[in-house]
Amino acid sequence: MRSLINDPPIKTPPPGVQRKLITGVALIALLIAVGPFLPKWLTFLITMAASHGLVSLGIIFLMRGGVVSFGQGLVFAIGGYVAALAFVKLGFTDAIGLTFIGGLGAALVALPFAPLIARYRGIFFAMLTLALSMVVYGILVKTDVLGGSDGFNMGRPTLFGQQLADILSGYVLYPLTVVISGAVALAARVYFDSPRGLISLAVRDNELRVEYLGASVRQTMAINFVLAAFVGGIGGALTVLSLGHVNPDFSYWTTSGEFVFVAILGGYHSVLAVFVASTVLEIVRSFSGLYFPDTWQLVLGVFLLTVIRFLPHGIGSLWSNRELFKRKGGEK
Amino acid sequence: MSATPSQGSIPVLRATGLEKRFGAVVAATEVCLEVIAGERVSLIGSNGAGKTTFVNMITGYIKPDAGSILLDDRDITGLEPRTINRMGVARSFQIPQLYAELSVLDNMLVATACQDRHPSFWRQARSADAVERALALLARFNLLEHAEQRVAGVPGGIRKLLDIAMALTVQPRLLLLDEPTSGVSVEEKFPMMDIVMHALEQEVMTVLFVEHDMDIVERYADRVVAFYSGRIIANDTPQIALAAPDVRRYVTGTLH
Ligand SMILES: Nc1ncnc2c1ncn2[C@@H]1O[C@H](COP(=O)(O)OP(=O)(O)OP(=O)(O)O)[C@@H](O)[C@H]1O
Ligand SMILES: [Mg+2]
Repeated sequence: MRSLINDPPIKTPPPGVQRKLITGVALIALLIAVGPFLPKWLTFLITMAASHGLVSLGIIFLMRGGVVSFGQGLVFAIGGYVAALAFVKLGFTDAIGLTFIGGLGAALVALPFAPLIARYRGIFFAMLTLALSMVVYGILVKTDVLGGSDGFNMGRPTLFGQQLADILSGYVLYPLTVVISGAVALAARVYFDSPRGLISLAVRDNELRVEYLGASVRQTMAINFVLAAFVGGIGGALTVLSLGHVNPDFSYWTTSGEFVFVAILGGYHSVLAVFVASTVLEIVRSFSGLYFPDTWQLVLGVFLLTVIRFLPHGIGSLWSNRELFKRKGGEK
Repeated sequence: MSATPSQGSIPVLRATGLEKRFGAVVAATEVCLEVIAGERVSLIGSNGAGKTTFVNMITGYIKPDAGSILLDDRDITGLEPRTINRMGVARSFQIPQLYAELSVLDNMLVATACQDRHPSFWRQARSADAVERALALLARFNLLEHAEQRVAGVPGGIRKLLDIAMALTVQPRLLLLDEPTSGVSVEEKFPMMDIVMHALEQEVMTVLFVEHDMDIVERYADRVVAFYSGRIIANDTPQIALAAPDVRRYVTGTLH
């Protein structure tokens, strides 16, 4: 044991959340700036990648606490249905308002289940969330006023009281989706680096010690579950605004599976990686659908296997916290 | 409150008639113990004697089958570890309970974050202020040079120290150390205890520590409490307790 005097002076580079936020803002600005020059199919692809990415980002909230939800299609569907219903039944048409209502609706649905679900881990957590999403799927399919298995359409939303012409709406919904998804992503980064975010990582690692240090593991898990629902609900609402349509498949297990795919692909260390992964999925989906329509899941599978083999912490490990990923041999 | 009694006589901890059975195993029976503020008490006993069980009952991990535990004058029997921790009782573990995936510094910052009754959703966990306090505590345990290392990769002795350093973030009034020097080589035991005791000296704190090495016990304890199959068989100054026939027969093995 060395004496204090001999210790090298410690330089702690505060891992700059500012730097990450600035990068994020720059990226959002760039995406908006290039928007008008992109082909329509590409802006639509990015719109889908960003809004779907939010649902996977919700899974990251949970993954950082050590659990994975296989039923995140549930909050995606609730967000979508609530926004579409507010539009169709209440005549509320503001795009930003609808997005917020979608998120809030999903969070409110998740709230009563949170204390129960917070008690489960591993496969039980995954199966419980999956079961919930499939129950909702079943209800939606059987509910005729909501269009049954066909779902229903909604019209064009307004923005700041302005009617969006059909041709214009794609160009407005793209930057809107990018800005809202971006803002949520930045907020997620701030949360991940906050005391509560750090406690989540601690729960993932050693629950006993978290309790022995005076924090509540259950409360941490419950909060993450509700936040994940809020974020996923926003994603659902944004998706429906752009598609103009919602149906029960939003809550189907294969949809949830894609969100998990993206979350694992991105890894839980980087927020940006989740959106990169989401974009990868959308690209593979559109191109494989074009060239090998029957085997595109196969392409996805091979892709995921490759990433898990070579980047076990997700593609985010390509650029974030490198030193922490280096496995120092020996103990563990 | 009564008129201020002389400082050394306030019992911080008063355990009465604790009983704990695991099936046929008696892990605690008729356990009574009072600890005075500022005391350094060593808990000794052979393997399976009930030392960890006692620590577990005080800190809320195990609920006693019978008996009561008072902290100052408040009944803490059967409360959650989290609640007891918030009342100023902290502990370290026989096997360090750390966050292996995080750095040594981040382990300390988790401890800091957990202390907050309402941790923030948006302030930075690695704020300059929190980092500075964490580093100051790490410095007291000579752990500064390991601050940036991932816990999974640091040696056992470092983990033991970190485990104790984390417990100190609460600024506890009562600290329970379960075998602080276990798993450390014989030559390192004294330097390690020196670091721990030196770090603790800076706060007026009551300390209970479980220990197998009698040289360490004699050197650092004001009082020795010896356990044998769940029962307290001696409770006295180190000189007297370690000389008692029962202790020499059942604990130190110096009398056959
Ligand atoms: N959670 C448990 N479930 C079942 N038996 C237990 C449990 N905890 C302790 N015991 C048993 O109670 C007895 C006392 O165990 P305890 O861990 O308190 O011993 P100890 O004095 O700390 O021993 P050591 O020096 O080996 O750490 C042992 O026989 C042990 O097997
Ligand atoms: Mg023990």
